[in-house]
Amino acid sequence: MRQPSDLSAAEIAAARARLPQAFSAGPRESLLKAGAWLLFAALVLYALIEFNFSPTRLWEGLGKLGFVLGFMLPPYVWPSWELFMEPVAAIGETLAMAFLGTLLAALAALPLSFLGAKNILRVEWMRFGVRRGFDTLRAFEQLVLALIFIRAFGLGPLAGIFAIAISDIGVLSKLFSEAIENIDQKQVEGVRASGGGPLQVIRLAILPQVLPVMLSNVLYQLESNTRSATILGIVGAGGIGQLLYDRIGANNWDEVMSIVLLILVTVYAIDSLSGWLRGRIIGKNEYRP
Amino acid sequence: MSESFAGVPLLSTPGDAAPTGANAAVTRFHARYAAMAKRKRRNDICFALGFAACLAASMVIGDFDPVKIWNGLPRLHEFIVKILPVLRWDSLGADFAEWFLPAKLWLKLLIETVLIAFLATVFGVCGAFALSFPASRNLVRNRSILFLSRRALEIARTVPDLVYALIFVFCFGIGPLAGVLAIAVHTMGALGKLYSEVNENIDMKPVEGLTAAGANWLQRIRYAVVPQVLPNFVSYTLLRFEINVRSSSIIGFVGAGGLGQEIRTAISFQYYTDISALFLIILATVAVIDLVCERIRHHFIGHEKLA
Repeated sequence: MRQPSDLSAAEIAAARARLPQAFSAGPRESLLKAGAWLLFAALVLYALIEFNFSPTRLWEGLGKLGFVLGFMLPPYVWPSWELFMEPVAAIGETLAMAFLGTLLAALAALPLSFLGAKNILRVEWMRFGVRRGFDTLRAFEQLVLALIFIRAFGLGPLAGIFAIAISDIGVLSKLFSEAIENIDQKQVEGVRASGGGPLQVIRLAILPQVLPVMLSNVLYQLESNTRSATILGIVGAGGIGQLLYDRIGANNWDEVMSIVLLILVTVYAIDSLSGWLRGRIIGKNEYRP
Repeated sequence: MSESFAGVPLLSTPGDAAPTGANAAVTRFHARYAAMAKRKRRNDICFALGFAACLAASMVIGDFDPVKIWNGLPRLHEFIVKILPVLRWDSLGADFAEWFLPAKLWLKLLIETVLIAFLATVFGVCGAFALSFPASRNLVRNRSILFLSRRALEIARTVPDLVYALIFVFCFGIGPLAGVLAIAVHTMGALGKLYSEVNENIDMKPVEGLTAAGANWLQRIRYAVVPQVLPNFVSYTLLRFEINVRSSSIIGFVGAGGLGQEIRTAISFQYYTDISALFLIILATVAVIDLVCERIRHHFIGHEKLA
C-alpha cells in the first residue's frame, strides 16, 4: 500500500494545480477572512478601552471579589426557625408568582395560538399580524413589565405575576401555534367528513393531538419562569429577589450566599419535578412496540 | 411478556389460566379494562387535587385578589395613556424631536448596550469553549474533571446574571465593566452546556483515527472535534448574542451600564414619554440584531450543508 510519504513532489504539485482550493483558500477569501478578524479585534479593543478594562482596576476588583467570596464562606445558617421562615416565605412567593404567571399565560395563549396557526386561520395578512403581536409581547423584558405593573398594583407579588404572564403569552402562543401547525391533518378530515363543525374539529381532532405538547411546553416555561421570578424582587415585584437585594445592600455576604444556595436548590427541585411530570404526560402515553 | 399499560399487562402471558372459549376472553378483557379505567381515574383525581392545592396556595401567597386587580386596571390604563407621546400631524417633526429629546445620550447608551453584549459574548464564549471539552462525557474519562467542569458551568448558568451584576457592581464599581463580567459569567455557563452537548453528539471516528496516529488530547480536540462542532458553536453563539443584547438593556437597573439605567430613571421619575421612546429604541435594536444574526447563522449553516 502506498504511504502518504511515497508521494513525489511532482504529484503533490499536480494535485495542487488541479485543486487549489483544497490546499489553501484563494487570496481574496483569505484577505476577507483576515479583514473580518482584524475588525473583530479592533472592536474588542475599542470596547475594552471604552469600558475602562485597565489591569489595575481589574486587579482591585478581583481583590474585592476575593474579599466578598471570603465572607460568603461558610454560608450563613439561620439561627432559628422563625428567622429561617423569612427566606422560605420569600421562596414560596417566588414559586407562587411563577406558577400563577405561567398558568395565566397558558390560559390566554390557548385561544390566541389558534389564530396564529396556518391550518386554522387561513387569511395570510391576519396571521402575519397575530404573529408579530406575539413577537412584540415576547420582546418586552419581564423586569420592565414588572416596573410598570408595580405602578398599577403596588409593590408585591401581584406585579410579578402579571409581568411573567404578559411576556409569557407571546412565548407560549408561538410554541402552541407551532404545535397546532404540526398536527396530523387526517383526524381533522375525519371529523369534518362525519359532519363535525369547527368547534368539534378543535375539540375532537386537534386538542387530543396538541395537548401533551402544550403541557410539556408549559412545564418548560414554568422552569424558566421560576428562574426569572427569583430576580423580579430586585425591582420590588415580590419573591426572594427582594431579600437578596436587601442583603447585598447591607453587605451580609454570608447570608447572600445562603440565599443563592436556596435559589439553586429551588430551581433544581422545580426542574426535576417538571421533568418527572413531563415524563408522565408524554412518555407513557406513547405506545412503543 | 412485558407489554403493559399503566401496570396492567395487555396480552395474556403463557402462565395465565388458559382461555376457555370466547366468553372467558371477553370477561378477562372487561376486568382488565375496568382495572385500567380505575387506575386512570385515580391518577386523574390525584393530579386534579394536586393542581387545585397549588393553585389555591399560590393565589393566597401571591396576593391574587380580584378586587385589587380590578382597582389596579384604571391606573394601568392611565399609565399607558400617559406614556404615549402627543403627535400632531401639523407639527409632527417638532413633536418627534421633543419625544426623542435626549436622543444623543440614548444613542451613546445604546451603543454601550450593544458593546456590553458583544464583549460579554466574546468573554463568555472563551470560557465556554475552554470548559466544554472537559465537560463532554465522550472526550474525558477522568470522572473528577468531568464533575468539576460540569458543576462549574451549572453554577455559572443557574445564578441569574442580574445577581452577578449586583455583586460585581459592588466589587468593580458602577459602570459597564461589571455588566460585561456579569453577562459573561452567565453566558459561559449557558453556552458551555450547549457546546458540551454538541461535543457529545459528534462522530467519534476522526477522534479514534487521531488517537491511533498518536495524537495527544489537545491535538485530538483541535483536529477531530473542533472542525465537526464549529458550525453549531457559531449558531449557538449568535443566538446567545441576541439574548445578551436583551440582558444588557436591563442590566443598567442595578447600575451595570447600558440603557437600563435610563429606563429605570424614566419609570421611577415618571418621565412618561421617555418610557415609550426607550421601548421603541430597544425593540428596534433587538429586531435588527435578530435579523442580522439570523442571516449570519444561515450563512454558516448553509456552508455546512454544501460541504
